[in-house]
Amino acid sequence: MKARITVTLKNGVLDPQGKAIEHALSGLGFDGVGQVRQGKVFDIELTGTDKAKAEADLKAMCDKLLANTVIENYAVEIA
Amino acid sequence: MKSAVVLLPGLNRDRDMIAALTKISGQAPATVWQTDTEIPDVDLIAIPGGFSFGDYLRCGAIAARMPVMRAVAEKAAKGVTVIGVCNGFQILVEAGLLPGALMRNASLKFVCRQIKLEIANANTMFTRRYQPGQVIRSPVAHHDGNYFADVETLARLEGEGQVVFRYADGTNPNGSMNDIAGIVNDKGNVLGLMPHPENLIEAAHGGNDGRALFESALGIAA
Repeated sequence: MKARITVTLKNGVLDPQGKAIEHALSGLGFDGVGQVRQGKVFDIELTGTDKAKAEADLKAMCDKLLANTVIENYAVEIA
Repeated sequence: MKSAVVLLPGLNRDRDMIAALTKISGQAPATVWQTDTEIPDVDLIAIPGGFSFGDYLRCGAIAARMPVMRAVAEKAAKGVTVIGVCNGFQILVEAGLLPGALMRNASLKFVCRQIKLEIANANTMFTRRYQPGQVIRSPVAHHDGNYFADVETLARLEGEGQVVFRYADGTNPNGSMNDIAGIVNDKGNVLGLMPHPENLIEAAHGGNDGRALFESALGIAA
């Protein structure tokens, strides 16, 4: 089983890196770029076959390590 | 007064912290390794600066989940004094021992320079040897010191006097909210700060502005 976890900054959390990317895109001549927010993607391979258990495990992984829920949200997607 | 220093792979200010504690307390601190589950009976535990685990994932995130940090949390809950400097501060917030988060510097640049610090609360166990509002000097060296907390947390920190150190005179090097440089937990026994007071404790360092912090925390008369 393959899973993808996407971690993004919560609204209202300052993202200096996203801001710098936003400016760089404008500098490259891409018009109409609004706000850019940078996040992280984790592709995780799981050996089990129980999808419900996998989803619960992946959420626990996010809460315990992969995301800092003070500043970040996460989304779990199982292929 | 007995102290202990937490060692983790990737820290690089551990020798500075050990030297400072040895000189100020008169005895060498014990050292505890990341896999240790017990910390000896000490009055103060220090988590030094550096780049634990290469700062992979998030600064301090992996270190905060090592067995030794469970032992630090148990000691902190029993009232033992804990100081986290720089990466140590990042580890304490990742471990949930202090509120908020430390984000990438607003400038996106690593900053290594001397800044000024205001003693925002001189009525803590870490600052009692300073005067209220006193401005001291301290070195900083970090890439992720931009303190962030949600509105409620920030209001609580300010209201309860948990903001202990603030960057002064326009020297905020990282864009932290309210110029926050260091905070304590609600019990007042756990301190995290981005600046490096251990690097300004004697004449050879060019000053001893940071010394009183350790004298305060160790209960040593000035």
